[in-house]
Amino acid sequence: MATAQETAAQEFTNVVTAHRPQIFRFLLASTRDVDLAETLTQECFLKAHRHWAGFRGESTAMTWLMRIAINLQKDHWRNRRMQFWRHTRNNSVDLDEASEWLPSGESSAEQKVLAHERVGQVWKAVEDLSERQRTVFLLRFVEELELTEIAHATGLNEGTVKAHLSRALAKVRGELGGRR
Amino acid sequence: MSFKNELDRSQAGGEDHDALALDPALKAALDNFRQSVHSWSEAAYNRPRMQVASRRRLWRLATGWALGCVLVAGAVSGGVYGRHLKQARAEAVLEAEHQRQLAADREAEELMADVDSDISRQVPSAMEPLAQLMAEDESNISTGKKKRN
Repeated sequence: MATAQETAAQEFTNVVTAHRPQIFRFLLASTRDVDLAETLTQECFLKAHRHWAGFRGESTAMTWLMRIAINLQKDHWRNRRMQFWRHTRNNSVDLDEASEWLPSGESSAEQKVLAHERVGQVWKAVEDLSERQRTVFLLRFVEELELTEIAHATGLNEGTVKAHLSRALAKVRGELGGRR
Repeated sequence: MSFKNELDRSQAGGEDHDALALDPALKAALDNFRQSVHSWSEAAYNRPRMQVASRRRLWRLATGWALGCVLVAGAVSGGVYGRHLKQARAEAVLEAEHQRQLAADREAEELMADVDSDISRQVPSAMEPLAQLMAEDESNISTGKKKRN
């Protein structure tokens, strides 16, 4: 018979397997830096492992992990702002490179060009969003979380999430409209 | 997920839809964006990590070596240049010293020559009568010349 410790370890392994790609994707979209996203994902699961015993299941494991990832990301940017000289080591890919990844469904060349242009415009708008607006926007439109889940993950109330989301959408709409 | 949760979610989604309505163009752009991020993330997540890690390590190593070489070259050339400057300065000091010595020698020689001439003018006092005779001869000759004139 497996001990409680072994069961917990197995549970945690399952959580890592199930949610690692999603956490990585969120961090990649937030930072546009593959190496940084990998490092922060590792840190996120390390932190989660340390506090796994304290996870009471009040929210889903995904929301809990996302909250850790958001905090890690915030800490990272805060430290980076203080260590201004580190800006030289910024590995973020530029917007054009990020827009290179096209949705696979587009078949004709024209559709591909249009999709490429749209993706670039959304990236441009995302870059101009505030940190909080960007987080909320990515959680909603990339990770497809519900407002309540976003509220749990960010620690904001649902009304604030909605307000951030609507401001973010207005900026994206403006970017798309301005270039049309 | 239970049916009730699903129902709650769809209701919440309906409310959100009112507040955050998406027109077809915006919806299409956001769909494209989501799919693009998903494919990028998938590709990045499944990339061969060891290779990337070793490539990065190689880059770091190469950069480290290049920096090290630049530092060593800088230190060596700085040292050589410093030594050259020091040597040139020492040579200049030696040259100045040499010139000063020459000037001092020349001064000393001139002084000695002056002293010699002074002494040579003073020492032959023993021959004073002869000198007086020569002076008298000269004066006689000049008075003779005057008379003849």
